Amino acid sequence: MSMNRQGRKTNIDQSSSDQADAMTVSGNKALQIEEPILFDLGDTQTTGVDFADVAPFESRLNGLERIDEFGLVGLSEPETMRHYVRLSQKNYSIDTGIYPLGSCTMKHNPRLNEKIARLQGFMDIHPLQPQSSVPGAIDLMDELAHWLMELTGMKAIALSPKAGAHGELCGMMAIKAAHEARGSTKNIVLVPDSAHGTNPATAALVGYKIRSVPAQEDGTVTVASVKEALDDDVAAIMLTNPNTGGVFEREIVEIAKLIHEVGAYFYCDGANFTAIAGKVKPGDLGVDAMHFNLHKTFSTPHGGGGPGSGPVVLSKRLAPFAPLPFLVKEGESTRLVENANDRVDETSPFGRMTAFHGQFGMYTRALTYMMSHGADGLKQASEDAVLNANYLRASLSDYMSLAFGEDHICMHEVLFDDAFLKGTGVTTRDFSKAMIDEGFHPMTVYFPLIVNGAMLVEPTESESKASLDQFIEVMIVLAKRAKQGDAEPFLNAPRFTPRRRLDETGAARKPILRWSPNNKTST
Amino acid sequence: MRYLPLSPDDRRAMLAKVGVDHVDALFADVPNDKLLDKLPDLPLAASELEVERQLSQMAARNLSAGQSKGFFVGAGAYRHHTPATVDHLIQRSEFLTSYTPYQPEISQGTLHVLFEFQTQICMLTGMDVANASMYDGSTATAEAVLMARRVTRRKKAILSGGLHPQYRAVVENMQRFSGGDLVQMTPAIAEAEDLISQIDDQTACVVVQYPDFFGQISDYSELAEAAHVKKALLIIVVTEIVSLGAIKSPGSMGADIVVAEGQSLGCGLDFGGPYVGLFATRQKYIRQMPGRLCGKTVDVDGQQGFVLTLSTREQHIRREKATSNICTNSGLMALAFSIHLTLLGEKGLRQLAMINHANAVQLADELGKINGVDVLNDSFFNEFTIRVPGSAHDLVEALAAKQLLAGVPVSRLHGDGTLEDLLVIAVTEMNSAEQITDLAAAIEGEIS
Repeated sequence: MSMNRQGRKTNIDQSSSDQADAMTVSGNKALQIEEPILFDLGDTQTTGVDFADVAPFESRLNGLERIDEFGLVGLSEPETMRHYVRLSQKNYSIDTGIYPLGSCTMKHNPRLNEKIARLQGFMDIHPLQPQSSVPGAIDLMDELAHWLMELTGMKAIALSPKAGAHGELCGMMAIKAAHEARGSTKNIVLVPDSAHGTNPATAALVGYKIRSVPAQEDGTVTVASVKEALDDDVAAIMLTNPNTGGVFEREIVEIAKLIHEVGAYFYCDGANFTAIAGKVKPGDLGVDAMHFNLHKTFSTPHGGGGPGSGPVVLSKRLAPFAPLPFLVKEGESTRLVENANDRVDETSPFGRMTAFHGQFGMYTRALTYMMSHGADGLKQASEDAVLNANYLRASLSDYMSLAFGEDHICMHEVLFDDAFLKGTGVTTRDFSKAMIDEGFHPMTVYFPLIVNGAMLVEPTESESKASLDQFIEVMIVLAKRAKQGDAEPFLNAPRFTPRRRLDETGAARKPILRWSPNNKTST
Repeated sequence: MRYLPLSPDDRRAMLAKVGVDHVDALFADVPNDKLLDKLPDLPLAASELEVERQLSQMAARNLSAGQSKGFFVGAGAYRHHTPATVDHLIQRSEFLTSYTPYQPEISQGTLHVLFEFQTQICMLTGMDVANASMYDGSTATAEAVLMARRVTRRKKAILSGGLHPQYRAVVENMQRFSGGDLVQMTPAIAEAEDLISQIDDQTACVVVQYPDFFGQISDYSELAEAAHVKKALLIIVVTEIVSLGAIKSPGSMGADIVVAEGQSLGCGLDFGGPYVGLFATRQKYIRQMPGRLCGKTVDVDGQQGFVLTLSTREQHIRREKATSNICTNSGLMALAFSIHLTLLGEKGLRQLAMINHANAVQLADELGKINGVDVLNDSFFNEFTIRVPGSAHDLVEALAAKQLLAGVPVSRLHGDGTLEDLLVIAVTEMNSAEQITDLAAAIEGEIS
């Protein structure tokens, strides 16, 4: 890879006068075009949409007409196109290159998903038009539910949660409702210290106290440590499996038994289900509730931070408490139960998570993806994801420091710590910024919290061997360079991005969260 | 399989590098008897053509709004025209397939848009600050109530009877599980409800909708004052954001938190989601806000740039002490919203709002002439409530059988056997004058 060797010699971190030489008149750098803030660009009288005039009529606005100008700026259509295209070019994406954010599962987003979601019969239907007019939509939800329950071996499902954390909330509400139904007042939830922040935040939101369970060195939880933390006040445990360090919880079955013995429930954070789909059924492990992130495992796009979709599968014990709306079979057809008064026998829905029926547009995408893969493809995808991560692990173990030692296999993601950078003056953050200059999106950094300077790498099954080999080659050179004491390129990275390191402290100390004429700044 | 780049040779070479014979050796931590020995009972891989064929058949069984003979369904989700530019831009790879902007140097596109989005929301709602979006209007409402509880250190929320019934259900659920208290007013259609006398020194917030579920538009200035006297917050919920191109901003009435469903701009109907929740408040409350915030800053060269900020409120830092458990928001729909609003601008939004209102006035006037139909609203924007003789549900079903989607029977949402004769009807720029006249005629035909 000549680009690395060349990259070193070009010595981009030059003196400021050299930097001035690199400036252009416009501030643009060829394909990197500077784009102003919308409100410095347009005015309130420009519009990019044509409307017919309205004939005079008597308004019914109760005298509350909005009269004064409120400042929204409009652009013509070509200006709009350019504004957003230029902005888009300042983003990295999975379509650009490897995006190995651990725990985030940035896999290929097939465009068939988008095409299907935009079929008129799916996109242009209203959640409150008569159910009799949307049998195909209800069947699609039923079909998705079937796939998700079969893949997990679980008995019931709540489709409506809007994202992973909302799914966690749904699962924990079902658990609390189940406790309440039998008069239990247990008030403690066990959460390992390796968990996603959403886990303790969710349990706290539904009124539980958090009791932390110390993780082993490899982030896993043992029967012994659960036993230690367990008493009659424990209502549930929240475990991520595979865990946030990319390791399968070896004692999960025994832990589930232990939890059930004291009348508590087992919530599984399914964020990492991509590692085991088609290989293991959480229902076989003793799980009572587990959310999916359809936007992770089943490739509905992340969209720069959502929308997500977080259906929750439930065990037989929790099934009656599934929230509204839920699907019931009536003869040949399926119906959505939308109101508590309309509920069927043996159900006791705990309430409602959201208006309408959830992220239907994500259901279509996820089902499209699953049908494309099929049972065999999903299994192969899980195996490839795990193989890719282990290939990175084996290829990088001599150059970077594996958090759990060299002999420890991983699932779909591999965790490094910053021991290999010790004494180099280069931090995990610096290292990740140097990766940006090399054309890669960095891995997840500083998470999980249980290891120092964590670097959590999740390649996913979407990367080819050639892509991984290129990544490995660059990582090895970077690691060697850092260890040789050549810290400068790391400390100054990134150098080739539209913006270099940003002042986050300043942003938080004096937050500027909106444009206003007063904080207008020219670049 | 077309999504998987590894060839059998690649796999063999990689397994050799890893030092194992079979991929199952990498699953060695899975208890032996739990590793599946056969595939899940699901169909096998299918070609793009085959998947498209099967799902197209499913889609074709739905009566879409565009294929119907008239579409007047609203009640929290509205059918508007989205310019083609919007859907093209949100499908650009760099927007569609990027993650939350945790690495700002290679996410300036998304961050720049969020900063503009937050500004647009502030201007629309008349508020000081807005976040980078929530899941949808209903969950944003529940988050607003939780925030009011944090700000006031009180537990009670008072919900107007004019708040969307499913929003009420979502708030009720959240209050119940999080140890809050709730007072729910009975719906009083097109009549003033006495919320002020309900406010006491335990009240964290009063939640009203504007225009309300039945379409009525009320001035909440006095309610805001009364709430503030008792140190409670006023939360104003907007489910039809286009209305704010025509009527005074909630901020100008004294709202402390404004939450809204942004679906009308940029999002389709999508059978209920994904939509985009809007959340705005006063400057003094920013550290109590839920959700992501984008802020302006500079880079090491002094150039203007953007970052996610104030993240010490959030779950990944604060864990169980976070202001909310929310993580993923509705980024792509926020982008769609923002692009649509940029195309409209203030001028276009006002025009769009006025067309909506004019069309609704036309329908209300035509329905008002029908014997047996009462238009209950004395004010409305693009949606209003009528009383029909008998069951609104039966009327809607009868019209749907004729491919006319006439509105939402209130009983479907209340579900308690009351208000069975009420129908909420929405009219937008999508409805032609002819469709409006046809709907009035069809309703008249059904009830006479």
